[in-house]
Amino acid sequence: MTQGIYRIEYNRRLTADVWEMRLTGDTGAVTAPGQFINIKLEGLFLRRPISICDWDGEGITIIYKVVGRGTAALSGAEPGQDLDVLCGLGNGFDVSKCGERTVVIGGGVGVPPMYGLAKALQKAGKTPIAVLGFNKKEEIFYEDQFRALGIETTVTTVDGSYGVKGFVTDALRSSYDYFCACGPLPMLKAVYNATATSGLLSFEERMGCGFGACMGCSCKTKYGNKRICKDGPVLEKEEIIW
Amino acid sequence: MVDTSVALSGIRLDNPVIPASGTFGYGAEFAELYDINCLGTFSFKGTTLSPRFGNPTPRIAETPGGMLNAVGLQNPGVEKVIAEELPRLREIFRKPVMANVSGFSIDEYVQTCALLDKEEQVGWLEVNISCPNVHGGGMAFGSSPEAAAEVTRAVKAATKKPVYMKLSPNVTDIAAVARACQDAGADGVSLINTLLAMRIDLKTKRPLLANGTGGLSGPAVFPVAVRMVYQVYEAVDIPIIGMGGVSSAEDVIEMMLAGAAAVEVGAANLVSPFVCRDIIRDLPEAMKKYGINSLTEIIGGAHHG
Ligand SMILES: Cc1cc2nc3c(=O)[nH]c(=O)nc-3n(C[C@H](O)[C@H](O)[C@H](O)COP(=O)(O)OP(=O)(O)OC[C@H]3O[C@@H](n4cnc5c(N)ncnc54)[C@H](O)[C@@H]3O)c2cc1C
Ligand SMILES: Cc1cc2nc3c(=O)[nH]c(=O)nc-3n(C[C@H](O)[C@H](O)[C@H](O)COP(=O)(O)O)c2cc1C
Ligand code: FES
Repeated sequence: MTQGIYRIEYNRRLTADVWEMRLTGDTGAVTAPGQFINIKLEGLFLRRPISICDWDGEGITIIYKVVGRGTAALSGAEPGQDLDVLCGLGNGFDVSKCGERTVVIGGGVGVPPMYGLAKALQKAGKTPIAVLGFNKKEEIFYEDQFRALGIETTVTTVDGSYGVKGFVTDALRSSYDYFCACGPLPMLKAVYNATATSGLLSFEERMGCGFGACMGCSCKTKYGNKRICKDGPVLEKEEIIW
Repeated sequence: MVDTSVALSGIRLDNPVIPASGTFGYGAEFAELYDINCLGTFSFKGTTLSPRFGNPTPRIAETPGGMLNAVGLQNPGVEKVIAEELPRLREIFRKPVMANVSGFSIDEYVQTCALLDKEEQVGWLEVNISCPNVHGGGMAFGSSPEAAAEVTRAVKAATKKPVYMKLSPNVTDIAAVARACQDAGADGVSLINTLLAMRIDLKTKRPLLANGTGGLSGPAVFPVAVRMVYQVYEAVDIPIIGMGGVSSAEDVIEMMLAGAAAVEVGAANLVSPFVCRDIIRDLPEAMKKYGINSLTEIIGGAHHG
């Protein structure tokens, strides 16, 4: 983990309440897709954890949904502004565990980390496929970015206004040998139950620190107690206790 | 050259800055970030006789100028702390450490302290009789002078290490509890633990924390902590470790003027992981600015004249 100042390169709206932000700064602490950053915002005591969507030598892309004061403040931030960020938090997805044909499953703002993961899987010579779940057509983002990677991509909408009608689990038809998932808890549970293969799932929890110091984010697993922020957010299917 | 050193029960600290229990684990996460040997010492995570998972999540909520926590004393238990954490700690920290202890009965406090008494690296015992996040114990012992004195006496009989009783702010007269601890043989007192508090989620219309209530800490509680340290200083002659909302070198100085012999920093570590290193770096400059040559000389300075 590192603490650093990151400059906002752009901050643009993707849908009514989802934004994409590019931050330039040191990315040396990023070791795996699915890690997150923790952002300090003026006037708010706790930092806000947001997944790394994509990264390179110069900076990080994040995608966030406006749900409260912190994310609202973030959406008002201007290019050129600096943010105090803890970078490279959490374990992320272990690409070496993934199969040749891993399905990456994202739901809502669980989609962003799956983008960096899909790229990392390709880099490792694997052929991932993607299933992206949204509520309705207007809420879809990043479909084109996934397709631009040349990945077989299926989009689901709960109301059927676009793609496959239903949940991500309704689109898990194509054969796969491993899965990685990030999204709301009910989605993770459904994926856990619907998948026959082994896999990795990324969880959320309210955080005090984000780097393992406060025990604010603990959960029980079959492998023992874990901190979502440090030993997670990614857990193995086999260790999860619901 | 200004002198930042202080002493707690005969053990010299290079500076008065001590990361507070529960916000610094057993040191490992911070040792990855900076050389923690720069600290005066640190108080490790509240340790109990048996392992504890703690409370269900959510355990954390934000507040104006601070946070609530209801961790509920998650720790691996004293035996594992001695077998696994202390050997690891020796690799990263050369100084005596402050062992923070909690319990659910007097007997548990005694057993845990007796085990830690044998550990060479433990410099002081900080006995938490003020945790607001556990039921049947914790804060109950810190809520009356009689119960606080009983724990103090029992623990003192079980250890040769200096014993600092960690007091709860959730009482009408904290000075009376401090005095009872002193009369029962405490070597010092440390205060304040968190203030009992609650937030309610407007969306679910239920308390935000799974535990319902939690403990408030962070800058929001700083003036309350300064007031309590000031009051306790008038009531006792033993050293006071002051804490509650400290996040800068100026805050350290203010806490010491109120009467603290050393100062713990809690919640600030969670949002600014380098804050203790930075406070230690900033202290000499802040001392010069306020015409202070020696920190030891300013302890309780606000009471004179
Ligand atoms: C590891 C991790 C990765 C995440 N990645 C993303 C992402 O890529 N994109 C995205 O849009 N969101 C993501 N989230 C959720 C995001 O952290 C919250 O939406 C955000 O903190 C809300 O802050 P707020 O001030 O707008 O909301 P408020 O409700 O005002 O926040 C109040 C407090 O609750 C916390 N909080 C609220 N909702 C959540 C939540 N769902 N999870 C954890 N803490 C919460 C806040 O951090 C803050 O401390 C992630 C969460 C975690 C734990
Ligand atoms: C996440 C968290 C966990 C804590 N755990 C403990 C603990 O195990 N034992 C203890 O004596 N105090 C514990 N405390 C209280 C702190 O040590 C300190 O007394 C209090 O937070 C006030 O200081 P602050 O405002 O600087 O945080 C905890 C505080 C926080 C925020
Ligand atoms: S948020 Fe502090 S340990 Fe995970």
